[in-house]
Amino acid sequence: MERWLFLTTDGLSKGAVYAAFALAIVLIWRATRIVNFAQGAMAVAAVYVAYSVTAATGSYWLGFAAAVLSGLVLGAVVERVVMRFVEHAPPLNAVIVALGLVLLVQAVLGSIYGNEYRPVGTPVSRTGLSVGGVSLLSAYDLLVFGAVGLVVAGLALLFTRTPVGLRMRASAFAPEVSRLLGVNVAGMLTLGWALASAVGALAGLLVIPTELGLHPNAMDLVFVSSFTAAVVGGLDSPVGAVVGGLAVGLVLSYVAGYLSADVTPLAALVLLLAVLLVRPGGLFATTATRRV
Amino acid sequence: MRVLPGNTLLRHLLIAAAGGAALWALTYQLELYRDYQLATAAAYLCATAGLTVLTGLNGQLSLGHGALMAVGAYTVALSQDKWGILSLSLALGVLAALAAGLVIGLAAARLRGPYLAGVTLAVAVAVPAVTTTWSSVFNSDQGLPVALDPPPGTLALEQWQAWLAVGCALGVLVLLANLTRSRFGRDFRAVRDDETAARLAGIDVARTQVLAFVVSAAGAGLGGGLLAVLTQSVSPGAYALSLSLYLLMAVVVGGLGSLAGAVWGALLLVFLPDLTHQLTVGLALSPGAAQRVEGNLPLAVFGLTLVIVMIAAPGGLQGLLRKLVPFRTITPLPKSEERPVSDAQRT
Repeated sequence: MERWLFLTTDGLSKGAVYAAFALAIVLIWRATRIVNFAQGAMAVAAVYVAYSVTAATGSYWLGFAAAVLSGLVLGAVVERVVMRFVEHAPPLNAVIVALGLVLLVQAVLGSIYGNEYRPVGTPVSRTGLSVGGVSLLSAYDLLVFGAVGLVVAGLALLFTRTPVGLRMRASAFAPEVSRLLGVNVAGMLTLGWALASAVGALAGLLVIPTELGLHPNAMDLVFVSSFTAAVVGGLDSPVGAVVGGLAVGLVLSYVAGYLSADVTPLAALVLLLAVLLVRPGGLFATTATRRV
Repeated sequence: MRVLPGNTLLRHLLIAAAGGAALWALTYQLELYRDYQLATAAAYLCATAGLTVLTGLNGQLSLGHGALMAVGAYTVALSQDKWGILSLSLALGVLAALAAGLVIGLAAARLRGPYLAGVTLAVAVAVPAVTTTWSSVFNSDQGLPVALDPPPGTLALEQWQAWLAVGCALGVLVLLANLTRSRFGRDFRAVRDDETAARLAGIDVARTQVLAFVVSAAGAGLGGGLLAVLTQSVSPGAYALSLSLYLLMAVVVGGLGSLAGAVWGALLLVFLPDLTHQLTVGLALSPGAAQRVEGNLPLAVFGLTLVIVMIAAPGGLQGLLRKLVPFRTITPLPKSEERPVSDAQRT
């Protein structure tokens, strides 16, 4: 029972990060019908920025802000310079370009920082608070929940309650009509990529200290888990991404806890396949018509 | 002007025999290290040729071909350890990759675009996990040695490896060239261009897609097995996700769907790191920086090439060549707008 409680809280904490990362994937998918396979590499780049800033200034939070900001800029740059040219091409082209970006970003990071794992500090303790002899949530877990909760709430407010959010939804839903009505559709796409990339950077910041450390490939597995989460949620639904993220986090945590930590990539693969073959629209599909 | 015979099989066999003879003579001229590089390129070619048929002709994107190569490589290592008969080991490697390809292909036939890419990505990422989970068989990160008998006679090992790999690669090319010109090849292209139309024309779409995946996996398995024979070891690090991305880069740069493009791509995979190595030597960096840059520069160049080629010249090298030299094409060119690669291939 104690073990189960521990694995559950740990899984939920991981799941919250997957949820944020899946949300970033879903944001871009809804706006451009592109799955950004470079999301993980871009997030790692932002975390390296945080690493450098923190090393130079000694402040975790300055590094944190720098990472989110650089995520924002990186997303906008990638959309403007590269992705714009493949947005209307066949879907395969966008995937291939994103994979090229993965190689490029990881290589640039590797040649600057070297291909070794670097330990990353956390602002608060990661030791679980003991409740009646059972080690439960750590202060860091609470930080993760708080940060992800803020992001989810912030995005929900942005998209449902603000004029900018309305324009972004309109540009994704009916680009031609929006353009006729005076919406800067291209600008909205760039903004969408920037936002998604910043959310991805935040997720990277939160998850990398809890794994092996900072490495150019550190987010590969997180990307796979989060992609699974996004697919579980239906790839089109932000709510689905959050629920899917938490579910995938729990499943992977139980697998790691009761079987072995080594099999989690296999578990993610099996889960992804199972969802795609049984319910290709995701567990929360609103439209049943899309062929996978 | 028709120099070559009209019979497809005969023509392909003639071209392969001529190419094989030229390369056979070449192996005597080259230094042993170059022979080894030639062998490596030929091993990659088995995989890239398979991948270009799958992605270029059938429209299925696989990021899992590195993993399929690993299946071939580990099978060869295990079989060499048990029986030590190379031809049997390579055949088993192909069979194992074929079986793995069948499993992935059955799932892939129900998936499209980014979903398929995501699943195959998950397969590629799971390779180290498999070797760690069953470490008694695969010896986790250390990997396995590949036992080899010494080459016959006084032949240098590298030269013998070059013969073996080039022979296998030519065999793969002939088989695939025939396949793409056969009814199956037409089915592949029809399914890629328009699934509904293909189905209306009486093509079993799912079966065609599975077949393409299985054929392609067999190529990857043979490539992986040969690579294991060349390096005489297998470890998960050699078959990481980046290998799958390299293969993809090779077929995209060479020209998706073109076997000649796969040859360009395989050569690029071997000789580009060589070039970047010379570049880093020329840069005169500090030892630490030089080591970091040297390991990563090929990756950076590959990544950048992939992005630029996909945006500027989606037909790849072979597409550009076709524009310059309008010779008779081996693979009929697709017409649809929906296919993965636009404009440049159309002539």
